[in-house]
Amino acid sequence: MQYLLLIYAAENSGPKPDTPEFGAMFQGYMDFNKETKAAGVHIAGQPLQGIDTATTVRVSNGKTQTNDGPFAETKEVLGGYYLLECADLDEALAYAAKIPTAAWGSIEVRPIMELDFK
Amino acid sequence: MNADLTHAHIEDVVRNSWGRVLSILMSHLRDLELAEDVLQDALIAALKSWPQSDIPHIPEAWLLTTAKRKAIDRLRHTQMHHNKSAEIKMMAKINHQDHEISENAPFAQFKNEQLSLIFTCCHPALSQAARIALTLKAVGGLGNGEIARGLMLKETTVAQRIVRAKRKIKAANIPYRVPERQQWGERLQSVLWVIYFIFNEGYTATSGPQLSRKDLCLEAIELGTTLNQLIPDEAEVAGLCALMLLHDARREARCKHANELVQLEDQDRTLWNQKTIKQATKLLISALSKGAIGPYQLQAAISAVHANASHFANTDWAEITGLYERLYQSTPTPVVRLNAIVALSYAKDAALALSALNELEATGALSEYQYFYVVKADLLERTSQISGAKLSLTRAIQLATNKVERTFLEKKMLKLSNK
Repeated sequence: MQYLLLIYAAENSGPKPDTPEFGAMFQGYMDFNKETKAAGVHIAGQPLQGIDTATTVRVSNGKTQTNDGPFAETKEVLGGYYLLECADLDEALAYAAKIPTAAWGSIEVRPIMELDFK
Repeated sequence: MNADLTHAHIEDVVRNSWGRVLSILMSHLRDLELAEDVLQDALIAALKSWPQSDIPHIPEAWLLTTAKRKAIDRLRHTQMHHNKSAEIKMMAKINHQDHEISENAPFAQFKNEQLSLIFTCCHPALSQAARIALTLKAVGGLGNGEIARGLMLKETTVAQRIVRAKRKIKAANIPYRVPERQQWGERLQSVLWVIYFIFNEGYTATSGPQLSRKDLCLEAIELGTTLNQLIPDEAEVAGLCALMLLHDARREARCKHANELVQLEDQDRTLWNQKTIKQATKLLISALSKGAIGPYQLQAAISAVHANASHFANTDWAEITGLYERLYQSTPTPVVRLNAIVALSYAKDAALALSALNELEATGALSEYQYFYVVKADLLERTSQISGAKLSLTRAIQLATNKVERTFLEKKMLKLSNK
């Protein structure tokens, strides 16, 4: 079963670049990628650019409306994701707890809806 | 033929077996909805057939066999419509004979199944309210109506919570198994929390006219006892059982004239159930000897000191103060601090306790907490500050949601006004 692990944190709440903590976080993500790949659960995972690069699109009555910024103003913003293939929720939650950002942000774990198109 | 066998009696027997049978069914079916439905079918079958044949020697075995047969019927039915191989596999699994309940030691081999059910119902991925309702339903075998009455909720609310929880278990694939040992910290905490919540809900109803709802207390003790039998080496489980038993032993003395609250210091200690106190104390001593002391054992120890004092005046307050200090180290909550201050007021004196209470009040953490004002009123009264005591008591009465407790506080107020 596939789970999407959404990585949320307040903007600029993590370690600052050029600090030892930043190095540790970077290494933490490297280790996480290595571990999930070695375990064969890793499908995809990427960090996102900051919300100042976000654009929101809505279509109403056939008209496209484009706006600068994320769709909702919230304290914590989506900063990255992993898509993992896990046996069950417990396995996905155990991986979520290993994502470095969990220490200052939060990880939302969502099961992927399985659609049967056959 | 046993015509005297009433429906209520049969329902009682089935309810007592419910959690055990459901846990075994779940290990085959892996679908809580289906497992509950077929067990419900088996209950209906029992209501029909047991008055003819009497209660089977091992009711669980009868229920399991019948429920399995109902499951096969249901699966065959869906299979005709969908022709899905998953259902065929499931049927093969149900027919497999591994899971027969043996005549001697009927449940010894199903420990894992029972634990799995408890851990799944108390999974921290479910909301706390859902965990409570689901545990009462699936493990305790209570109906939605009983749960609603016990928790003072609408039946539709309970039903909704249970449906939502089951949907999440299925959609998010919350596993039906005992978690890995390294995850036990959080997982077992959640199980203990659910059981103690159910107990407390029964012990002091948060709202409504009756002070104690005995059934919920007994249900929680039953759940705790089962868990303690399943994992006897976990000291905190035994600690929780001891704690609940110690509270329960004093239940009769807590109330007089149907619904009047009696404080610990005024209780008729001859009404305390000495047999239960002995049993709980023994349980606690063996738990403490395991060297893994946690908050439940400490709370039980505090309760045991009270329970083993022949008079209020004989209470070993120094011991209790020390235990609260240890409890505060592991659980540094303002409520624990408040209780520690009460103990201090008896171990040392009320004036000293009052200054500690003022420090606690300054944090603002308990500004909406009824018992804080009860304690403050008491300490002010004991240091002869009557007008301040009345003010605090007024606030406590405003915050009281339980009718019995409010009446108690109002009487106290009356006494204070006559001083």
